[in-house]
Amino acid sequence: MFKMTPTILRNFVSRRATRMYPVVVRPPFPGARGALCNDVAVCDFCGICAAKCPSRCIAVDKKSATWQCDPFACICCGICVDVCKTGALRQDPLYRPPSTAREHIFLQGTPAKDRNEKRQTADMAT
Amino acid sequence: MPLATIPFGPQHPVLPEPIHLKLTVEDEVIREAVPALGYVHRGLEKLAEIRDFHQMIQIVERVCGICSMMHAMCYAQCIEELMAIEVPPRARYLRTVWAELHRIHSHLLWLGLFADAFGFESLFMQLWKIREKIMDLQEATAGNRVIVSVNVIGGLRRDLSPDQQQMIARSLAEVEEELKRLESTLLEDYTVQKRTRGKGVVSAAKALELGCVGPTLRGSGVAQDMRMLGYAAYNDLAFEPVVEQDGDCYCRSKVRYREVYQSIDLIRQALARMPEGEISTKVKGRPEGEGIGRVEQPRGEVLYYIRSGGGKYLDRVRIRTPTFANVPVLVAMLPGMYLSDVPVIVLSIDPCISCTER
Repeated sequence: MFKMTPTILRNFVSRRATRMYPVVVRPPFPGARGALCNDVAVCDFCGICAAKCPSRCIAVDKKSATWQCDPFACICCGICVDVCKTGALRQDPLYRPPSTAREHIFLQGTPAKDRNEKRQTADMAT
Repeated sequence: MPLATIPFGPQHPVLPEPIHLKLTVEDEVIREAVPALGYVHRGLEKLAEIRDFHQMIQIVERVCGICSMMHAMCYAQCIEELMAIEVPPRARYLRTVWAELHRIHSHLLWLGLFADAFGFESLFMQLWKIREKIMDLQEATAGNRVIVSVNVIGGLRRDLSPDQQQMIARSLAEVEEELKRLESTLLEDYTVQKRTRGKGVVSAAKALELGCVGPTLRGSGVAQDMRMLGYAAYNDLAFEPVVEQDGDCYCRSKVRYREVYQSIDLIRQALARMPEGEISTKVKGRPEGEGIGRVEQPRGEVLYYIRSGGGKYLDRVRIRTPTFANVPVLVAMLPGMYLSDVPVIVLSIDPCISCTER
């Protein structure tokens, strides 16, 4: 019993091991794999992320330029970010906050056809 | 005294996971124990039919959270062998570092739970406080706290920068110092020894006969450790399996305590000798044929059998986890023990039930 006593006495005078959590929040580590974000302005909707995702939580439609994700099925492995060619996908170092309702991420981009037309009109203007 | 049957589990305060033991007792002494498993079967092996062999890495990591690194490493090594891929030396060293970090956090988790099983809750809190440093290291280096997910077929996805290597070395020094302070509490305290010494004794011959693995086997005096096969970088590192002779709960906890020091030493060696270079090779083609992978997990030897017909999907992935091998020896340990010792003896094999049932 007396073997533990020095540890207990040391704990009385040492710094506390826990944080006062909601008040004091530890800053996230850089490179931590948190919530998945997609920048639809950069995304070309190639669908590689959806094909490589081990939990199949991503659905991409190239024609209508939509990117959908079920954040509750996402396992934060970061495979999609590794395979993304355009660099549109990234992982926020913070986790998604807990939620009481089922969420679904639906992002609408510009379809490739419209984007090409826009580019052509912009080229013509210049 | 007539015999009575008492159920132990599947829901029990000391059990983090569901295992059911039907205990036949005479007075307070156990005469027979019959285990029942199957409460958390998830069918992960079956997923090999609908997930390709690259995606299976993330599936096998989820067989067991605590030893996810070893599962992925064992699977990747097996596929690499089938496809004749040479992994770069730096990747082999990095795999060793993360695998040993996993072993430390798994052993510290178990030592805490073990302390809790014999009613020493403040020791449990102290050990988990130390473990938190390792969890932080994993999150800072790999990105995730528990399932580090760094392995890919042909190497790794993340590298360790010199800063991160220094951070690991610093944290490990603190962990080692704090562990040394607690060592006498777990291993020399009179009350703790009363609860652990002479409980659940299994001889070396019996342990070998029943196919026991890992620290449970080494606690009985058999120097068997899969790291001696020399996978990853273990061939280049000075390494001697930790062995204790008595084969009781005390020796099994002592083996794990000493293995934490050993893992710290192995990480230091690996960091000191880490070669420069690539961390992964490009993988072309698909695996074909069948192979077996063996890796030492914190709980013992894990065995992967993989068969592939050369397609995108594997034909069969069979995983034999260490707890599966240790359940027969647990059943042999219990007869003759008191009912009050059952939680300590059950925990002494470090049961990981969701691992076992996959």
